[in-house]
Amino acid sequence: MYKYDEYDHAMVAARVAEFSDQVKRRLAGEITEDQFKPLRLMNGLYLQLHAYMLRVAVPYGTLDSRQMRMLAHIARKYDRDYGHFTTRQNIQYNWIKLEDAPAILEDLASVEMHAIQTSGNCIRNISSDQWAGAAADEITDPRPWAELLRQWSSFHPEFSYLPRKFKIAVIAANEDRAAMRLHDIGIQIVEKDGEHGAAFYVGGGMGRTPMIAPLIKDFVPLGDMLSYAEACLRVYNRYGRRDNIYKARIKILIHELGADEYRRQVEEEFAHVKSLGIDPPKAEFDRIAEQFAPPALDASAPDAIDRSDPDFAVWVDQNVAAHKVPGHAIVNISLKPIGGIPGDASSAQIDLMADLAEKYSHDELRVTHAQNIVLPHVRKADLYAVWQALDGAGLATPNLDLISDIIACPGLDYCSLANARSIPVAQKIATRFSDLGRQKELGELKLKISGCINACGHHHAGHIGILGVDRKGTENYQLLLGGSGAEDVSLGTITGPGFDEDGVVDAIERVTDKYLAERSEGERFVDTFRRVGMAPFKEAIYG
Amino acid sequence: MKLLTGNDLKTGFVTWWTGADWSLHIEDAADVGEHGEAILAVEEAARRVNAPYIIAGEQTADGPRPAHIKDRIRALGPTVRPDLTLKPADPAAGDWVI
Repeated sequence: MYKYDEYDHAMVAARVAEFSDQVKRRLAGEITEDQFKPLRLMNGLYLQLHAYMLRVAVPYGTLDSRQMRMLAHIARKYDRDYGHFTTRQNIQYNWIKLEDAPAILEDLASVEMHAIQTSGNCIRNISSDQWAGAAADEITDPRPWAELLRQWSSFHPEFSYLPRKFKIAVIAANEDRAAMRLHDIGIQIVEKDGEHGAAFYVGGGMGRTPMIAPLIKDFVPLGDMLSYAEACLRVYNRYGRRDNIYKARIKILIHELGADEYRRQVEEEFAHVKSLGIDPPKAEFDRIAEQFAPPALDASAPDAIDRSDPDFAVWVDQNVAAHKVPGHAIVNISLKPIGGIPGDASSAQIDLMADLAEKYSHDELRVTHAQNIVLPHVRKADLYAVWQALDGAGLATPNLDLISDIIACPGLDYCSLANARSIPVAQKIATRFSDLGRQKELGELKLKISGCINACGHHHAGHIGILGVDRKGTENYQLLLGGSGAEDVSLGTITGPGFDEDGVVDAIERVTDKYLAERSEGERFVDTFRRVGMAPFKEAIYG
Repeated sequence: MKLLTGNDLKTGFVTWWTGADWSLHIEDAADVGEHGEAILAVEEAARRVNAPYIIAGEQTADGPRPAHIKDRIRALGPTVRPDLTLKPADPAAGDWVI
């Protein structure tokens, strides 16, 4: 894992001191809320429905146990004993007091964490594959490149006031576990003629106008990656619209210009930027990469798993994934207990996961964009002990990628932007489909719920998506089918008129029944939808 | 009726104008009539409230209630965590919210 150097420490410490002074001035009435708001947002502090909300950055979703314990400590000391893991691999606290914010940021800095650039029109937290460094299918660990981008984008003077927020994801496997093409820039590390390079997909995103990022450059030598990213941002910063917030994202610019013209301008800019010497010397990149060296895993560790406990076997089958090193496995901890709140974890649960990481996963954890937690490096021989501990804490729900593994934004229960509640809908769906046999019969089914058009719950990318809207002061839910945030990326299509809360749960049951009736051998829900189209599902829903 | 609401500057908690002060409890809220903007300006300048705004409400037998669901949820707390609402011991406390 990356450890802060003297520059990182100095930057974060300076920001903590600066923001502490800003809070002091605000509380003393020396600055108004209008003056203070952009300052607090630069430090991840929002004013939400019930209180201040603090969003803490988890770079590319990677944490060690010390950092995870600090997240538990903050929940316990400053919040209401829980945190909410988000679809951008971060964590949010919903009940923060302004007067406590400086102390929280100091605590975070003590474990090399912060809340910088988790809001505002800047480059946000870089996201990545939660299985990075462990996945059997990756060609390299993408996190050194994500870390390089983090350093480049932190306090980047030219990109601190972009037309709109900007999100970057980096992956290095063909299986896309990071919704890469639904980011402003999606980078896939690829191999060509024995060399690794970066494929740049630019102009994706969800929100009001969902778009899949087109391929802008299929192979950028990794030594040029920062310069190419800089060129992509410069063209956007120059021509992105600032007159209309709804048309300010880079996806709109590229849509208007066309991918070819945008590419031409980026190439022109790149020719200039490359001469500026932005890309680090190889030695500096190697210094970063060294810190992501794989842990010393014993490839001769036993590969067999004792499956004699049937509940354990069910969990292994659903929540444990293949590791690149024999005798090891990737453990996916579901934060989606049936009837629970997707992504929420109590301080005790967060502490427990930290303890398990320290004892069984080489001190590493990951936050996933699906609002789950990963222990990336667990010996197969330790899986039973890990499962027992998780089970005792309500963290062993065996539902990864099943219909109850629902992504849901905080919705109208917490968010001031939301139009409808998301969490109660997620709870009702999970409860309706609580029978594990039924869930497994349905197979991989990614269900994603947003409480407003901003799409924090990724509803466009759900095999089944739900969008909450406000219809004359009443919550109403639109249903979408056929989306995907994975390598088979697609955007969902609205089925038709919306439903009330119970109605949308019923509609989903009709959709899944139709899928079971229509599917061919081996087809997932989304495969069947793509083959037969919307019509039979619409008929099943509306008659 | 019109209600004046905002957040406490230090804690961020939702507050309601009572006619003389600010309260966490919607039951204490007063009808500000046409005086909302004037009260808002004075109270915000004095830092007794943060981000205040005026909403439509209605008087019920149980006291004033915000007209819109968003402010009803603000008034009590998240519907999915009754233990975190202002009245965690009363299971019926949120019946009027949705």
